[in-house]
Amino acid sequence: MKHIKYILFAIALLTPLSTTLANEAEGKTEKISPKDIIFEHVLDAYSWHIFTAGGHHISLPLPIIVKGQNGWAVFSSSKLAHGAAYNGFFLSPETGKVVEEINGKEIRPLDLSLTKNACSILLVCILLSALFISLANSYRKDPYAGRKGFAGAMEMLFLFIYDDLIKPCVGKDYKKFAPYLLTVFFFIFFNNLLGLFPLFPGGANVTGNIAVTLVLALITFTITNVFGTKEYWKEIFWPDVPAWLKVPLPIMPLIEFIGIFTKPFALMMRLFANMLSGHMIVLVLVTLIFIFTSLMGAIAGSGVAVVSVLFSLFMLMLDVLVSFIQAYVFTMLSSIFIGMARVEPHLSKH
Amino acid sequence: MELLTPEVGLIFWMLIAFLLVFFILAKFAWPFIMKSVDERRDFIDRSVATAREANEKLAGIKEEGEKILKKAHEEELRILKTTEEAGAKLIKEAKTKAGAEADKLIAEARTAIEKEKEKAVKEIHNQVAALSIEIAEKILRRNLENRDAQRELADKLITEAKN
Repeated sequence: MKHIKYILFAIALLTPLSTTLANEAEGKTEKISPKDIIFEHVLDAYSWHIFTAGGHHISLPLPIIVKGQNGWAVFSSSKLAHGAAYNGFFLSPETGKVVEEINGKEIRPLDLSLTKNACSILLVCILLSALFISLANSYRKDPYAGRKGFAGAMEMLFLFIYDDLIKPCVGKDYKKFAPYLLTVFFFIFFNNLLGLFPLFPGGANVTGNIAVTLVLALITFTITNVFGTKEYWKEIFWPDVPAWLKVPLPIMPLIEFIGIFTKPFALMMRLFANMLSGHMIVLVLVTLIFIFTSLMGAIAGSGVAVVSVLFSLFMLMLDVLVSFIQAYVFTMLSSIFIGMARVEPHLSKH
Repeated sequence: MELLTPEVGLIFWMLIAFLLVFFILAKFAWPFIMKSVDERRDFIDRSVATAREANEKLAGIKEEGEKILKKAHEEELRILKTTEEAGAKLIKEAKTKAGAEADKLIAEARTAIEKEKEKAVKEIHNQVAALSIEIAEKILRRNLENRDAQRELADKLITEAKN
């Protein structure tokens, strides 16, 4: 119970701070657009916003890599700040993406920029490599030692995924697929957690970006179908159902065939939607403070701030749980899909 | 609908980064951790099995020891019993033997006594016969002198003989 007073103290500290910020925002712009605020945080960006002080944005410029009509161009995103153009490239006022003007029309070049999300992914990749290689080295030194602290937590997670998820879901040749599934789990989990951390190296909505989940689902899809057994393909094109469901109209084969694609699609959408909505709810709750302040003044704003901060706290706690659950679910479904594609012919037909 | 349209650039970086981290971890991290964890589990399982086996063996040994002890006790009792029996038998045998010997000795003594007795009787007979002949001789000699005296003498002799 003694912790409650610390929480209340933190809220009391945060409340005037947020109302001041809200007042400041009120002073700057006549109207607050919550949609813009939320989308700015949720979407990818060319620069990494660190903080705003006194109406001045401090952000880390990131490299823009584009291939337009005149070939490749690499430059800092700071060159495009405040509507400036560089080498014919500028940020589209509507979409906020790098475009170039050809014949009076905005055309998207091939854009391979290292955006905020891409940088966050690279950061997580470096983190994962360093962490697990050092853990592996400690295992090579003494496999029987009890692990403490962070290594112990990682071992617990590792065993939880490896023993209780991959082994039963994939089946007998789990060892072949375990490296991929373990990488997927820790990649998603670390990205989720880093996305929840609101300060600089965190806060990127990586797993709530459809491009990221698309790639993950695509890899699972590829593995599932490349390592699918003969029986797996037989069950798709000639399933064990009454003949009239297969000829002359291939109803079941069609459904099974569509199923090949719906499974990874569901995988992609589930992770994307869950993580995006988690971020959005927290942002909406925080934005409520600004909306109420601009509508009804600072006192109402302060009142709302207490409730909002409490709710955001609750949502962030929930999101920590969701981070784990979504990483777990993605890994579990991938394991199950792979396990299902590794079916052996049934020995007895019923 | 910017949310739902995947960006080519991010797909590109994501694919590269993910595949890279996958290959790095699959080569330098996961196999070692997996192997260690599996080995450790096997080691623990094996140790538990060994401990259980040792326990069972110990219990078996204890039981066997008790069995051996019990057997030894039984053997001891049996040996005691047989010794006792043998002793009793020996005593009995000795007794019967001694009895037989004694009987034999007694019988021998008896026959010897009988023989001596017969011999003595025979000797007495012979002496009585000799005496009778002597008496008869003397009587015959006196007879010639006096008839009365002869009778007196005969009587006297018979009395003497009677004594």
